[in-house]
Amino acid sequence: MIDIGLGHYLTLGAVIFSIGIIGIFLNRKNIIVILMSIELILLAVNINLVSFSIYLGDLSGQVFTLFILTVAAAEAAIGLAIIVVYFRNSGTIRVEEIDKLKG
Amino acid sequence: MIAHAIFFYVFSVIAVVSAIMVTVSKNTVHSVFFLILDFISISCLFIMIGAEFLGMIMLIVYVGAVAVLFLFVVMMLNVAQQKNQWFVSKDSSRHIPIGLLISVIIFFELIIVIGGWKYKPDLFNSAKSLLENGVSNTHSLGQVLYTDYIHVFQISGMILLIAMIGAIVLTFRQREGVKKQSYLKQISRERTEGVEVLEVASNKGVKIDD
Repeated sequence: MIDIGLGHYLTLGAVIFSIGIIGIFLNRKNIIVILMSIELILLAVNINLVSFSIYLGDLSGQVFTLFILTVAAAEAAIGLAIIVVYFRNSGTIRVEEIDKLKG
Repeated sequence: MIAHAIFFYVFSVIAVVSAIMVTVSKNTVHSVFFLILDFISISCLFIMIGAEFLGMIMLIVYVGAVAVLFLFVVMMLNVAQQKNQWFVSKDSSRHIPIGLLISVIIFFELIIVIGGWKYKPDLFNSAKSLLENGVSNTHSLGQVLYTDYIHVFQISGMILLIAMIGAIVLTFRQREGVKKQSYLKQISRERTEGVEVLEVASNKGVKIDD
């Protein structure tokens, strides 16, 4: 309990990952919250990679985290641009009302 | 060791609570703020564990850029009126049990993986630190990033460039009725277009506009 090890960090990552998935599933609001949940999931992955990298003494995990950060930033920019375009076209970004594809 | 544990628990409790608040908060602006708090506490954890470069980069990239981008879009899209209505329709509350079930299953799978790994001893020496050879985390990352990973680094730069171009192309729109200065039109004007000599008959007007 006092001795913080790798398991604690991995558990934190698992908790945040699950919260992100719950956020995606249970979201009845706008799509922006879904994008934020995806950011949470990427954050959990980053926690796992960094803690493994520190505890294994291998630097490639941190390099990989850097690239995940890059891709996450690009994904947020593109996703928000798509949301802006959709809102301009249809006037809503509520999850229930986005049913143009009849999925 | 005690201080490390206290700091870990404080930051991780803040991170988990704010992650929950991101998903359940009624106001989207509030959830963006909780996302910022989450990133800040996780970057504090990164700095504490010894990955100070990544912690600082996370602060700069997420809190400085991505969260502000989210806030900007939230304010631009006027979603304040579209408040959170949990379980407002019967159609939507159908998804909730299966979603909770899947999330809980994923969580327990991850916990089982961690637990099973924890009882496998002597996989590696967990006390090994990157700081042993007297090189800081940023220094060693820089040493490896610009040599071994240079191609991946450049590809990630290309990804950022493409994302920037894509965001601009997606949100760009040409508006009608906006007056702009056109240099080409201005300098390609000639005297024959600008001046016209008319024969004006007496007692009759001249119609200039066609």
